[in-house]
Amino acid sequence: MTVPPTIAMQTMRRAHRARRGVTARITIPLVVIGLFMVGAVVVPILYHFDPLHTDVLLRLKPPGTTLPDGSFAIFGTDQVGQDLFAQMMMGARVSLTVGVCSLLFAGVFGVLTGLLAGHFGGWIDNVLMRIADVQLAFPSILLAILLASVLGPSLWNVIVVISITNWVVFARVTRSQVLTLRSREYVEAARTLGASHWHIIVRTLLPGCVAPILVVATVEFGHVVLLEAALSFLGVGVPLGIPSLGTTISNGTAYLSTAWWISTLPGIALAALVLSTGVLGDALRDRFDPKLRSA
Amino acid sequence: MLGYTIRRVLLAAFVLWGVVTVVFIIVRLVPSDPAVLVAGIDATPEQIATIRERMGLDQPLLIQYLGYVAGAVRGDFGTSYTYGAPAMELVGEVLPNTALLAFLGCTLAVIVSFPLGLLAALRVNRFTDRAVTTASLLTQSLPGFWVGVVLMLVFSQMLRLLPSAGLGSPDALILPVVTVALPFIAILTRMTRSGLLEVVGEGYITTARAKGLSERIVILTHAARNALIPVVTLVGLEFGALLGGAVITETVFSFPGVGKLLVSSILARDYNLVQACVVIIAAAFVIVNLLVDLLYGYLDPRVRLAK
Amino acid sequence: MTISHAPEARTPSARAGEPLLSVQDLKVEFSTSAGVVRALDGVSFDVGAGETVAVLGESGSGKSVTAQAIMALLPQPAGSIVGGRILYGGRDLAAEHVSKVRELCATEIAMIFQDPLSSLNPVYRVGWQIAELFRRRRGTPKQEAWAKSLALLKRVGIPDAETRIRDYPHQFSGGQRQRIMIAMAIALEPKLLIGDEPTTALDVTVQQQVMNLLADLQAESGMGMILISHDLGVVAEVADRAAIMYAGRIIETGGIQQVYDHPAHPYTRGLLDSIPSNTSLGERLTPVVGSPPNLLALPSGCSFHPRCPFATELCRTTSPALRQPEGWSAGHLAACHRTEEVLTHD
Repeated sequence: MTVPPTIAMQTMRRAHRARRGVTARITIPLVVIGLFMVGAVVVPILYHFDPLHTDVLLRLKPPGTTLPDGSFAIFGTDQVGQDLFAQMMMGARVSLTVGVCSLLFAGVFGVLTGLLAGHFGGWIDNVLMRIADVQLAFPSILLAILLASVLGPSLWNVIVVISITNWVVFARVTRSQVLTLRSREYVEAARTLGASHWHIIVRTLLPGCVAPILVVATVEFGHVVLLEAALSFLGVGVPLGIPSLGTTISNGTAYLSTAWWISTLPGIALAALVLSTGVLGDALRDRFDPKLRSA
Repeated sequence: MLGYTIRRVLLAAFVLWGVVTVVFIIVRLVPSDPAVLVAGIDATPEQIATIRERMGLDQPLLIQYLGYVAGAVRGDFGTSYTYGAPAMELVGEVLPNTALLAFLGCTLAVIVSFPLGLLAALRVNRFTDRAVTTASLLTQSLPGFWVGVVLMLVFSQMLRLLPSAGLGSPDALILPVVTVALPFIAILTRMTRSGLLEVVGEGYITTARAKGLSERIVILTHAARNALIPVVTLVGLEFGALLGGAVITETVFSFPGVGKLLVSSILARDYNLVQACVVIIAAAFVIVNLLVDLLYGYLDPRVRLAK
Repeated sequence: MTISHAPEARTPSARAGEPLLSVQDLKVEFSTSAGVVRALDGVSFDVGAGETVAVLGESGSGKSVTAQAIMALLPQPAGSIVGGRILYGGRDLAAEHVSKVRELCATEIAMIFQDPLSSLNPVYRVGWQIAELFRRRRGTPKQEAWAKSLALLKRVGIPDAETRIRDYPHQFSGGQRQRIMIAMAIALEPKLLIGDEPTTALDVTVQQQVMNLLADLQAESGMGMILISHDLGVVAEVADRAAIMYAGRIIETGGIQQVYDHPAHPYTRGLLDSIPSNTSLGERLTPVVGSPPNLLALPSGCSFHPRCPFATELCRTTSPALRQPEGWSAGHLAACHRTEEVLTHD
């Protein structure tokens, strides 16, 4: 009497499904993010969005109202009469811009630091990592709030602040990958062949770090977007003229009982964007190297 | 263990010094002149100069720094110009509230996450696991402040079950604690799950099975203890995020804690108070991490008894 | 600890004529992302009480899988037994549920593993890990269990056992850790001990010590042993019989001296020829040509034929069954069409 062979087949089928699942987890988020990008660019233009425009007659209309001029307020209007959908997409512009720029700056600076610390070791590593330790002693929101309040509200300041708070993750991941790669033969070969430091760092080590950096970048994008929203919510992020999703939510808190949609819907949009990047990051990590799994 | 403890304490002290210094530098970046702010718009140049002297701003930067550090060690951050009282005293008044919030949030998170993560690991890749993992990912994607607002909307405005602000009664704690705990729960669940999954592949788990022990004993006795070790360290690191979350949650719910004090003092440009709040919060984080490090040394005999 | 003096302790097989463990035509499959792999394809062998059988072969031959299958330790859900029987004490272990088979583990059949560092739990004291067997499986009270642990540690030769019983695994040397594993394995006086590459991770000098310890313990208790290894030399003195495995099948079996002196299968010949000996100093080494087969794409007919110097057309088409070579001693079997030529070839 034996165990039916179908158990093997069942596991095979599950493995197949898992593989297809990974591809779905990469394509669907990319589609969502793509939609956001398209929406952010196109929608405000379509709606002739003007951040300074107010129309008292149109304020606080619920989602699905048809406005007097014929347009359809799919998400309703806010406390000054702006169409919420257009405002959200405008806010998405801010989120995406801040997200991409901060990620670039933090990424470049962080990766460079990690490469230097990992490759040269010694006192350079020590100093850089101590600085990282001190920075990590600040909960990132705390540091961001402090810096933002000192520098004042402006789009560039937000980008700078967020870049400063987030470079450490990139540095650590890169450094740890460099330390792993250092003992690999192809890196030792390059060293023995007399390659210059520059060559080793850029041509040999960096390509090996791309995969984990990419994984971290997708996850950090989500964090960065949330951080910008939080700063704007508190009033220390983007300046008054620019509608961030965070500011919209903050403005809506005064009207929670009368117009719940102002605070609620932008949050869902944020969550959708961040969730997409999170799923994408997970799937990329599974694709590249399951051993990189953190939490 | 002693050597390990000493090293960790020294590192913590160094980081605390670094924190204090960084706060000093950042606050000095302020473009406007604090003396002008304190004196008021209509003040004469002489009045401003007097105030500047009183605040010690006419001294060279280094002297200011040393004075500041000396003060920080004593817990003296000067006077809050908004409230007219010593900054530290004001922080001290609200610190217990924030501590309560953080402690309850942490406890709630641990109580919920550990069993959930364990469950997900035991039913890996099956429905329960997928549900838990997806829920965690979703929760982590939600903006913390938005969660607070939505909870307030649903439970305070719509259902009128719970208070939305302040700390008037014990049930005013419920919404803030849940808001603060949610992201923590999400991360902790995922960490517990992955920590357990890593451990289950280890050789000593096979040995435990070969001893004929029941699967329950294998997981609870042999796997859990080993899996918990890295999770404990990560809890310490994530506690910082909890504190950051507390800052925002307190603002949303007008909860009288250090976070709310911080935000209002920032908006009021009351830099002495800002410094006090930031340093206290960062110090709390450093101390918690130190405790976690020591706990880690205790849990893992390989670290404790390294030759 | 039972200390028996007379050979009568090695009773069961001699008296009843029945082997302690009888593996019959065992087939095990693994489902991998690349396809279903047949790791064991009809493995059969017996182990009698007091007898030591060495299961030898290269990595991937299926030797560890055999041990895992016997003790229901196959990785779930990837691995499963798809055919054959494992007879022990009148039961067919292959047909029973994993949890029922696990009841036999440590009490009737025990196992020691290759890497003692990763096989011992790093956060519990070694005394606790041995005592756990008594406390959990026999309900022995804590003090008595620790006393038995201490006795076991002394028996396996851990110096200064009274103090060291409270130490953690990482504080011992490799050889000592393996001894601790052995202590854990024999604690509940099993009738069969399986050693899965027990000496592979150890220094050469320590290997012999551990082997001697195993031989002593077996002589005392009369238990059967299965020693799995890829090192033909290390098991030579301790084993009674040998089973050589290749690509999931046993391709030769017999008394170990018989097999070593008169290999009846080209693969065994190749293995023995490839061992460097001090009589061939200065000569070239002769490895077995080629590399182990990909279990997902086994060669047709006899799995060994692409590497075999004796291969013929028949070997490419028909897989040979284990049979006794004509005219040679009983009990010595080989799975080769041309085994007689292999035996007489020089």
